[in-house]
Amino acid sequence: MSRIASTFEQLAAQGRSALIPFFTAGDPDPESAVALMRAMVKGGADVIELGVPFSDPIADGPVIQRSSERALKHGVSLRGVIEMARTYRMEDQTTPLVLMGYANPIEQMGFEHFADTAKEAGVDGVLVVDYPPEECEALVSVLRTRDIDTIFLLSPTSTDARVAAVGKLASGYVYYVSLRGVTGAANIDIHDVDQQVQRIRKQISVPVGVGFGIRDGETAHAISQFADAVVIGSRIVLTIEESASGEAAVPRIEALMHEFRAAMDRR
Amino acid sequence: MKMYDLPDARGHFGPYGGTFVAETLIAALDTLRDNYLRLKDDPKFKEELAYELAHYVGRPSPIYFARRMTELAGGAQIFLKREDLNHTGAHKVNNTVGQAMVARHMGKPRVIAETGAGQHGVATATVAARYGMECVVYMGSEDVKRQAQNVYRMKLLGAKVVPVESGSKTLKDALNEAMRDWVTNVQNTFYIIGTVAGPHPYPMMVRDFNSIVGKECLTQMPEMVGRQPDAVLACVGGGSNAMGIFHPYIPYEDVRLIGVEAGGEGIATGKHSASLSAGTPGVLHGNRTYLLQDENGQIIETHSVSAGLDYPGVGPEHAWLKDSGRAEYVSVTDEEALQAFHDLCRHEGIIPALESSHALAYATKLAKEMRPDQVILVNLSGRGDKDMATVAERMGMTL
Repeated sequence: MSRIASTFEQLAAQGRSALIPFFTAGDPDPESAVALMRAMVKGGADVIELGVPFSDPIADGPVIQRSSERALKHGVSLRGVIEMARTYRMEDQTTPLVLMGYANPIEQMGFEHFADTAKEAGVDGVLVVDYPPEECEALVSVLRTRDIDTIFLLSPTSTDARVAAVGKLASGYVYYVSLRGVTGAANIDIHDVDQQVQRIRKQISVPVGVGFGIRDGETAHAISQFADAVVIGSRIVLTIEESASGEAAVPRIEALMHEFRAAMDRR
Repeated sequence: MKMYDLPDARGHFGPYGGTFVAETLIAALDTLRDNYLRLKDDPKFKEELAYELAHYVGRPSPIYFARRMTELAGGAQIFLKREDLNHTGAHKVNNTVGQAMVARHMGKPRVIAETGAGQHGVATATVAARYGMECVVYMGSEDVKRQAQNVYRMKLLGAKVVPVESGSKTLKDALNEAMRDWVTNVQNTFYIIGTVAGPHPYPMMVRDFNSIVGKECLTQMPEMVGRQPDAVLACVGGGSNAMGIFHPYIPYEDVRLIGVEAGGEGIATGKHSASLSAGTPGVLHGNRTYLLQDENGQIIETHSVSAGLDYPGVGPEHAWLKDSGRAEYVSVTDEEALQAFHDLCRHEGIIPALESSHALAYATKLAKEMRPDQVILVNLSGRGDKDMATVAERMGMTL
């Protein structure tokens, strides 16, 4: 069983939802990445999404774009992010690591080479923001032969037919984007998200995570009542941005994770 | 003649094109595609569009025999398709009129656009005023500084210009920002993309609206010279004016199609915008195409004296035409384009856009290698009034 599947199985047995932090790997500097990941897990994270910086992140809002620009200034590439995963994997063999980014860096590396390198480094899942299911079949089959999960996004505007198409390709978990818009946008309607997650579950057997617009413990608590995972992105990236250095961000990120974890586990 | 019916149902031109966007945009693109496919063959829509093109844009644009440029080059005869004579001064309006009419039929009261030099922004602001729509134009903050006149034009026309501070603060960043606006406001907003790039159906739709240019040439050339030209030339940035004139000629296999990219300071210097001549395939802005990128797949900064060609990608149909061998792609430098700019001013009394000057520059080179009975047709895609400050500055003057 994959690390992602077993993580979700254990959490389900405990009646808990997964806490999944996202940050752009290499922001604010490549040296801090492993310490930040360690802090996230110490604070209660179950899966880590490592953002791969890209020069033109069209699905992201200004907060995550700025983080991408900071990482790119340090020359962080897809290969560099895989190396960060490899380094972290030496000290933690259980927490699933997911690479999240855009298609072009993966296409330049080549599917086979990317999949082999990622697998060997201990990466468990891949989410390519600008690969909807109809453009992703080739990558999915390459990742499948290496037992790497391919995670897909679903949105409020995804038709039932599209949910079904994602259901055929998705493994690990699916990521429901709870807002119409880019990352870091306005607040979400919990009741609407609940309805949508129920709709998705009718056609999808893997766990359903919810992200976009979750910026405080209360919202995370409400979402965790019906979703299998809560993804926190912009709030973390903003905290890193507001910190004086990578080193200074580490304890703040750990505290932030504790805050979300406690809210989610509250009965 | 050989049948040509690309793209396929999913927007692919061979391995290029497609729909490389986040799931959040798919429904909007599907709705747009369905509406466009329905409207494009609707007799009433076609009639409305024909009326607008005739009475608002001023079509058909004439073809002009550039006798003195022909003499100067010394070889094949050079003809110019005068898109510079359109309302707003370039081919861009063919597309914005078409898309604004689709927006109206879809009941969208707000249109947005990205712009580099400001030409597409002006063309969008123009049609938004014409149809009484709210208009927001995204423009890199660097370009806002360089193109103050066009910024003011857009404001006069009632548009709101939003300077984009992210990334390289140029066209590609404006496109990123417009895409974000669309994702957020898709319920009331129509995104008018300015070139034959972006996700399906944009490359097809923008090409179709601009192909009026080539369709007119198909009837005008036999009237003027008794046959079709031996070569059709157009400049290529994103590639909308080139697709517009190339597309109707694709089945005419005896007609060479030549796209001219911006060689900037020379391909060898790395300071250029020649994605087809010097780039490699990849995925950007919703489609797979040739890109200027580094070994890690990050998009790199481009250079051209002509802001309208300053883009690191190119329309996916051009990528396919290159690979299939149906079209050829070459580049000319800033210097060569400027020389052609001055030549056309002095010899024909026509001030061309710097973009179009790239096609002209290659036409004069190519003409020398051809016989005097042969015919070159150049898409003079725009007029050069907007380029006065750039050209003056190059000559050491400030206006």
